[in-house]
Amino acid sequence: MSLDRAAREKLVRALAASVIEHANELTSLDQAIGDGDHGLNMKRGFEAVIATLPGLADKSLPEMLKAIGMTLVMKVGGASGPLVGTFFMELGKALPEQPARADLVAATDKAIDAVRARGRSEAGQKTLLDVLVPVQAVLAGGGDARAVAAEAAQAADRTTPMLAIRGRASFLGERSIGHMDPGSRSVSLLIGAAVKVLEFEASS
Amino acid sequence: MSSANARNVGIVIVSHSPKIAEGAADMVRQMVGSAVPLAWTGGDVDGGLGTNVAGILEAIETAWSPAGVAVLVDLGGAETNSEMAVEMLAEDRRARVVVCNAPVVEGAVIAATESSGGSSLAAVKRSAEEFYA
Repeated sequence: MSLDRAAREKLVRALAASVIEHANELTSLDQAIGDGDHGLNMKRGFEAVIATLPGLADKSLPEMLKAIGMTLVMKVGGASGPLVGTFFMELGKALPEQPARADLVAATDKAIDAVRARGRSEAGQKTLLDVLVPVQAVLAGGGDARAVAAEAAQAADRTTPMLAIRGRASFLGERSIGHMDPGSRSVSLLIGAAVKVLEFEASS
Repeated sequence: MSSANARNVGIVIVSHSPKIAEGAADMVRQMVGSAVPLAWTGGDVDGGLGTNVAGILEAIETAWSPAGVAVLVDLGGAETNSEMAVEMLAEDRRARVVVCNAPVVEGAVIAATESSGGSSLAAVKRSAEEFYA
């Protein structure tokens, strides 16, 4: 996979648009089981990312991902900054400039481990890991773009009946059941946006 | 604070609310005066409720002591952002900053009291964490 400058910029804009356009929805989800700032926080983070264009897209893919991660860490303001930011930063550290599929599988595995360590969390606790882990498994198992995107959406849905064990929602105990995890929804939106751009680039 | 005893463990207070962080710092000062280096930070980069890594890094710098810095946090995001900030410190400083698992107000006061007696970083952390254990 090789992304030229235009494709890299397109990827950044698509990632940002996916959360910015859903900021209100993310905030509603967070009002149900968190502190109600997730949509606003993610929007602030990705607006800050957009503000680093066009220079951001001049960087190589790994350097660009690291820079996105650092901006999210510094600007988001909630726990999702370090969590999502760490994912991007570690992905950037692990990927070569022109990654093959196997590189993407290995790099996402490493990046997910870093998110686990950062949040001291595992899948099954109603966090973004409940999307990242199953989507990575589909990718590692050879799933195509459609399968990856479908798993991202379904995995976020599957957090609805889960009991929150980490994060602010865990304060609610059983009352966290019945609401989708906002962080999982964000990550699922980001994955959906990335897949769409990468699929288009691969076929053009 | 220049009059602080710079050899004692520094205390950093991180809250989602700048008012809570500042108020907790006032309570610490009332207890220990200027015997410990102290700094507080709170709010996201736009001034709303939240925490931010840059603010935490700055507070650690302000409260820096060769004996180390104990960070007191309120809720989840404050802890995650503080841990991120610690990892972004220069390598020789990283091991001398700890995030305490303690209530932010009570923990800050107890940690500062312990620090004012010249205790080690480990003892300061333990005193804050044991109070409610």
